[in-house]
Amino acid sequence: MVFALLKYGISKRYPARQEVPLTPDLKAHYDVVIIGGGGHGASLAYHLAKHHNIRNVAILEKGYLGGGNTARNTTVIRSNYTDQRSIKFYAKSLRLYESLSNELDYNMMYSRRGQLTLSHSDGVSRSLRLRADAGVFCGEANEILDRKQIKDLVPSLNLDIKGMPILSGLWHRNAAIARHDAVVWGYAIRACERGVELHQRTEVLGMEVANNKVTRIRTNRGDLSAGVVVQCVAGYSSVVAKMVGLKLPIRSYPLQAMVTHPIKPFLDPMVSSTALHCYISQSARGELVIGGGSDPYELYNTRSTLELKEGLAASAVELFPFIGELKVLRQWAGITDMTPDYSPIMGQSPLSNYWLDAGWGTWGFKATPASGFFLAKAIADNRVPEEIRPFPLDRFERFDLVNEMGATAASH
Amino acid sequence: MKIMTCPLNGPRNITEFQCHGEVHQHIDPTSASDKEWSDYLWMSNNTAGVVREWWCHTPSNFWFLAERNTVTDEILATFAVPADGPLGEVR
Ligand SMILES: Cc1cc2nc3c(=O)[nH]c(=O)nc-3n(C[C@H](O)[C@H](O)[C@H](O)COP(=O)(O)OP(=O)(O)OC[C@H]3O[C@@H](n4cnc5c(N)ncnc54)[C@H](O)[C@@H]3O)c2cc1C
Repeated sequence: MVFALLKYGISKRYPARQEVPLTPDLKAHYDVVIIGGGGHGASLAYHLAKHHNIRNVAILEKGYLGGGNTARNTTVIRSNYTDQRSIKFYAKSLRLYESLSNELDYNMMYSRRGQLTLSHSDGVSRSLRLRADAGVFCGEANEILDRKQIKDLVPSLNLDIKGMPILSGLWHRNAAIARHDAVVWGYAIRACERGVELHQRTEVLGMEVANNKVTRIRTNRGDLSAGVVVQCVAGYSSVVAKMVGLKLPIRSYPLQAMVTHPIKPFLDPMVSSTALHCYISQSARGELVIGGGSDPYELYNTRSTLELKEGLAASAVELFPFIGELKVLRQWAGITDMTPDYSPIMGQSPLSNYWLDAGWGTWGFKATPASGFFLAKAIADNRVPEEIRPFPLDRFERFDLVNEMGATAASH
Repeated sequence: MKIMTCPLNGPRNITEFQCHGEVHQHIDPTSASDKEWSDYLWMSNNTAGVVREWWCHTPSNFWFLAERNTVTDEILATFAVPADGPLGEVR
């Protein structure tokens, strides 16, 4: 011990652990090229390599690993949606998350807190009842709580908000939070161990299409080709899809969030209120993580605004009046890819070798394990598995939408 | 506070305005194919760059056009709807 102190205390040559490999040279061809090194891209690469033995795979990331929305989200993981097709998909993701630390041998700091969604009106109480029953029907744990039960669960919550008293709540006991960075790092590290190449600072600038196929990918580090190309670029979905001539039903809006300075633990569950456009959880460090609704107009910019932060703070103080003295420690925004029905787009595109993983908006962190799991299977079998069949791009022209607006707003 | 200049009311806080999306070419619902109609309803250019949009100053319900850069968050110009002639619609 003393020896180590002497050896490393005075020298800068620490035995540093290189978990994420350095970016290698680009090869001319890969079996699969994944555009976007966020959680979704890394999860897809991992599942291709682990379950389908597809290892000649490159992830191309224009910035750094997990620096997009994966790094910016508030990590709510839940399955309490409205439509059975979504409930089943997100439930699978929740199950995968529950065992993810073991699966990847990497600590996700997965923490099951439960989520309490509040109602301040009869209309919302009815929609919460619908979500509770739909979830229970699919085997998920949901229940409706009355005011007394809410008070017992979160004693510090102000139930008598002026003009909008809390009437009831949807309690989703298996909802959880996890360390967002660890999710993408874990998937990327284990994927790279199996032969996947992660190329950071590698931006896709354009693509060539011939005979309904992507034949060439242009990057700032040179050109390459691929058997299959998948885009997992969240807020930039429309920009990248345009490179292959596709138009998507997606609009990019900033979503902002913030944390307060740390205080001693008082809040175990996550609490959210759609009417107040606000949700709160307390992180393992003691910070209050506060998020809410999207920005009012479309933008490819991660600036923050005073109006939105003011609104979040005002709502948070309605719920927990005693936090009025706290200071905001950090604030940020991500660019979210919003779809008309608040459901994702997963599956084949009109091009024969080009796949989409897009439209994850404000809700895609919880889906990181399942989207990679099912898309890898789809690509390996060249056949879309039943679980993600409700979410193709062409559902819009068939008017077969999967409406999750009510179950998504301000709960994420 | 971000300020937007309303052609009718002058410079106002942006929270007084609502964005109503890109200025589109309309299509004729009676002659459009199902595919054309669904594209018109759902698809979006979602341009990263300069766009021309409908905006409304909500307290006065005044509708006008604005040119905005969606990458830099700059409002480049605002103008009243021309009495005749094209609005610069995109597909
Ligand atoms: C404030 C906020 C709160 C959120 N809260 C929640 C929540 O509580 N629960 C939840 O489930 N979801 C939440 N979300 C949504 C969630 O963060 C995203 O849906 C999810 O992280 C998307 O993951 P991804 O891997 O697809 O995208 P990202 O992590 O954004 O990764 C996409 C990557 O693609 C790269 N890229 C883009 N263009 C190119 C190019 N041309 N070439 C190469 N690379 C490119 C980007 O640099 C980026 O790293 C929230 C989002 C935000 C912004």
